[in-house]
Amino acid sequence: MHFSPTQLHIPDGFLNLIVSLICWAITVTILSMAISRTNKSLGERQVPLMGVMAAFIFAAQMINFPVAGGTSGHLLGGALAAIVLGPWAAMLVMTAVIAVQALLFQDGGLLVMGANILNMGLLTAAIGYGLYRGAFGRSRTVKLAVAGVAAWLSVMGGALATALQLWLSGTSNLQTVVIAMSGVHAVIGLGEALITVAALTFIFQTRPDLLDEKSASVQGGRGWIFAGVVISLVVFYFHHSPRPTRTGWSVLQQTLASSTPDKPRPSNSSLITRFPSWEEPRFPPFLLEALECWSCWDLLTWQDVPCRRSHKNRNHRS
Amino acid sequence: MHADAFDRYHHGHSPLHSLDPRVKVIVTIAFILSNALLPDGAWIAFLLAWLFIIFATGVSGLGAGFTFKRSFIAFPFALAAITVLFSIPGNPVTSFHFLMWDLTITDAGLLRFVSIVIRSWLSVQMAILLVAVTEFPKVIHALTHLRVPAIITVIISFLYRYLFVLTDEVMRMLRARQSRSAAAEGVRSGGSVAWRAQTAGHMAGQLFLRSYERSDRIYNAMLSRGYKGELMTIHPHHFHRSDLVTGGLSILALVLMQIAGRS
Repeated sequence: MHFSPTQLHIPDGFLNLIVSLICWAITVTILSMAISRTNKSLGERQVPLMGVMAAFIFAAQMINFPVAGGTSGHLLGGALAAIVLGPWAAMLVMTAVIAVQALLFQDGGLLVMGANILNMGLLTAAIGYGLYRGAFGRSRTVKLAVAGVAAWLSVMGGALATALQLWLSGTSNLQTVVIAMSGVHAVIGLGEALITVAALTFIFQTRPDLLDEKSASVQGGRGWIFAGVVISLVVFYFHHSPRPTRTGWSVLQQTLASSTPDKPRPSNSSLITRFPSWEEPRFPPFLLEALECWSCWDLLTWQDVPCRRSHKNRNHRS
Repeated sequence: MHADAFDRYHHGHSPLHSLDPRVKVIVTIAFILSNALLPDGAWIAFLLAWLFIIFATGVSGLGAGFTFKRSFIAFPFALAAITVLFSIPGNPVTSFHFLMWDLTITDAGLLRFVSIVIRSWLSVQMAILLVAVTEFPKVIHALTHLRVPAIITVIISFLYRYLFVLTDEVMRMLRARQSRSAAAEGVRSGGSVAWRAQTAGHMAGQLFLRSYERSDRIYNAMLSRGYKGELMTIHPHHFHRSDLVTGGLSILALVLMQIAGRS
């Protein structure tokens, strides 16, 4: 069966304890807000709905389409869930999906589940809903276009957050992981955007009442626009001008990744001299390729077997 | 598809199967926490942790190699950590020429990389063992007792219950898509990538509507069977003294691992 929807699921052991606990703290704070909001606004009728929606996201992650070279595009679902269910409910739904993937299928770790929920559930829902909320009152075409951009950005946001957490834990080299993650996910995000837009088009055509702006399920104030835009700008900041106050970031990284030995940098024998600072993204392309292979491996395990076989069978038969 | 297609539970009558689920969940999390706390290169502690897993798997009656078989699931992620081999300063171990780069693996980098991979490998095995000896509804029930908010555990219960139903739905859709897709010899088929994505998106939309309408029916059915907003269990947990002893001994073993890892 298909159990590895994205390569964003961090396994246990790849984040250090402090980073894991910080992520848990952020996740728990946001989730407790989500729980108190949904408890207020949702009746008991909505609980089975959210449960089945969680199963829907899980199952929808299996729908794929062949792209090229044996890879396939598929859905992460955070942005779609936020648009159709509202941001708070979507966060709870995505949390349940990620928890089951970790608990039942060991897709993502338990101690790092806070980080995984943050990257794939909370950030994707906030970006997806925040931008879409900004298009309220506009025409359907504008809404769909904004939803597409939001879906793409939500994947990028999740990928960059993952990259930063890996770096803060001292697991990865900064430029390599940021550039590889954002490079790979810029492409994966396109699949996400296309599927999200097509799914929304379909729902607009068949059940427009579910996407009604006044509908109870799609609740969320204007504050979401602010949150979505701010997070998107942060994503853009990291993606396009990776020039944060270097000393501040380095100190943070040194503090968090305390187990990383803090020795003086050696002579030009080490590759670190090839990465002088992160203003110059000169990373060896083979590492990018390796990371791409890694993501393709995941996509391949996801590749719907009957679907691929059918291509070959068709050729044989005809 | 059968209801247990996604189940990871292996039925048995071992002491580990009958252990209180709360103890199992706590020990699993403590074990993973302990791995995260161990410093790089704590080989003796890593070995002890592995022996702990082998012992637990042996007790479970699933065969000592049970967790080993599935334990490599997280290995592809190790690629994310491969840069530390070269980027952490230290004494060079080996240098090689790769394409156009002179790469040097340092001892500190190697130590860190191997430690990350071992930590991950050990943690995954414990998680595999947990769901192999505990029925998933019991894991969820244990989480309720461990103060996970009810709404999250209820959503997880529904997710678990309807996972295979909706997976069946997806399988039917994929089969329908296949049977409607034809290709002739020598003719390029399949449409553009955007067209394929659109088809996949329509399927996701269709699945959403079917799930949405199904949840209505489920709610009505539950209401007619006496649903009052919370899920009940007919298997309440009973905490025995043996559970306490097993849990205490496991935590003690983890503390010993920490001592061994730091000395």
